[in-house]
Amino acid sequence: MLKVENVYKTFNAGTINEKKAIQGLNLHLEPGDFVTVIGGNGAGKSTTLNLVAGVFLADRGKITLDGQDITKQPEYVRAKLLGRVFQDPMLGTAADMEIEENLAMAYRRGKRRGLSWGVTNNERELYFERLKMLDLGLENRMNSKVGLLSGGQRQALTLLMATLQKPKLLLLDEHTAALDPKTAARVLELTEEIVTKDSLTTLMITHNMKDAIHYGNRLIMMHEGKVIYDVKGEEKKQLHVSDLLKKFEECGGETSDRMLLA
Amino acid sequence: MTSILLAMQGAVSQGILWSVMALGVFITFKVLDCADMTVDGSFALGGAVSAVMILKGVDPFLSLFIAVAAGMIAGTVTAVLNTKLQIPILLAGILTQLALYSVNIRVMGQPNTPLNGVSTIVTILRDITSMQKSIITLILGIVIAAALVFILYWFFGTELGSAIRATGNNEYMVRALGVNTDMMKIIGLFLGNGLVALSGALVGQSQGYADVQMGQGAIVIGLASIIIGEVIFDFLVSAFKFKLSFAHKLLSVIIGSILYRLIIAIVLQLGMKSTDLKLLTATIVAAALALPVLKSKLPSSKNKKIAA
Repeated sequence: MLKVENVYKTFNAGTINEKKAIQGLNLHLEPGDFVTVIGGNGAGKSTTLNLVAGVFLADRGKITLDGQDITKQPEYVRAKLLGRVFQDPMLGTAADMEIEENLAMAYRRGKRRGLSWGVTNNERELYFERLKMLDLGLENRMNSKVGLLSGGQRQALTLLMATLQKPKLLLLDEHTAALDPKTAARVLELTEEIVTKDSLTTLMITHNMKDAIHYGNRLIMMHEGKVIYDVKGEEKKQLHVSDLLKKFEECGGETSDRMLLA
Repeated sequence: MTSILLAMQGAVSQGILWSVMALGVFITFKVLDCADMTVDGSFALGGAVSAVMILKGVDPFLSLFIAVAAGMIAGTVTAVLNTKLQIPILLAGILTQLALYSVNIRVMGQPNTPLNGVSTIVTILRDITSMQKSIITLILGIVIAAALVFILYWFFGTELGSAIRATGNNEYMVRALGVNTDMMKIIGLFLGNGLVALSGALVGQSQGYADVQMGQGAIVIGLASIIIGEVIFDFLVSAFKFKLSFAHKLLSVIIGSILYRLIIAIVLQLGMKSTDLKLLTATIVAAALALPVLKSKLPSSKNKKIAA
């Protein structure tokens, strides 16, 4: 489904702030793979997601998604293949627009936007049903401004928006990191529900090793812009946090407090 | 007394014609969140193009459309400088505005163009209806402003219009949802400056001349109108508890523009010099923009918030 082949990315090349973020990354996702991504700060996790999403372009290498070469495609063009949820709950939704207007924007992902009315009645029924699944009572507040929602509600809504049009690949960039533990757990549950229901190919970054082991069918660890550990199926299920920490230290990675506490 | 009433009536007509400009500023500044400084230049461009077209024998109504097209081109130039060439929007607008000063003099062949002895939309309508010039300006303004509110309300409710609104709200999200945000900005500045030029053309025809200076300070006048309208509608919302829709916001811009002209007329009647008006306008805008900050620093309003 997703093929990242020998990709390199350096920021501020040739300056004192030069940062080699990605150094020869290879990653191959099968359809239906739910991959959790872990690694220390600066390991290149977010950069990988942003390269796939097209926030910036790769210096070298090739990225293919669903058979299409997207290496040089602008962000808004490849968006038709991708669903995305960001770490910052404010980024995924438009605060001054209504819940249904946000959903209508997402419903038209990858489609031409013309001069027909922005939200139709048929869509409203669909949005009502989908919002009901979230079990947050949002289905009765469809005309509320999104800015009035809590961070957790906004993140759940963003998740719904990202999957309203079934994406070829769902990118989750630590989408529960800014939430309180209880809300984070609820949003993760929702994530698993939606991913399983639509058997979505998913790439999820997390700082929480337990979550990384618990969710998905495959786990990769990144370090210095490369995948250093890739485990799936039964082997992954048997993993313990201590195994991951050991693996992490073997590679000379510094464990952050955040990873240990999580 | 009659002189005051006449001044008031004139202020209302002026306010409505200038409200078309304020609607353009509303699209760029408020809807799209782009601080577009092209406005001063595109307002005069609209006036200049329309006046020159009329002198060349073009129908005064048709000249309005040509003025709109000219304004749209000016807006597109700013938008392309900003999106494709990555020049910050503030500077891109200032550059276009500066360039338009020369362009406008080129268009007119001189710094101003009087419309003496030729027909304008106002004189044509006067000959048909045999009403007073000021009444005609008023009715014409109301019809055009009402039509624009209707059209803009419709447009910003469409898929494309929603995408433009969302771009002004959260560009990052909109791009992730597959929208070409550069294109949305180009369309927004295109439409906004089209309206600004239309306003310039209307004002030019109603006052009987176009001048290269006629747009000076337009951007601040537009902002003042928007802010005055916001203050009035905030008050109305808290008094009558209704939901502020996009149509209300468009209406508030027009009412704000009229009130702005009334305020100006009143202070002129009170004996203020017309050359002091720019100082007054700048003070109004600065005060209105500072209001939320000043409010939050007052302990009483904080207590009110907690009590509420």
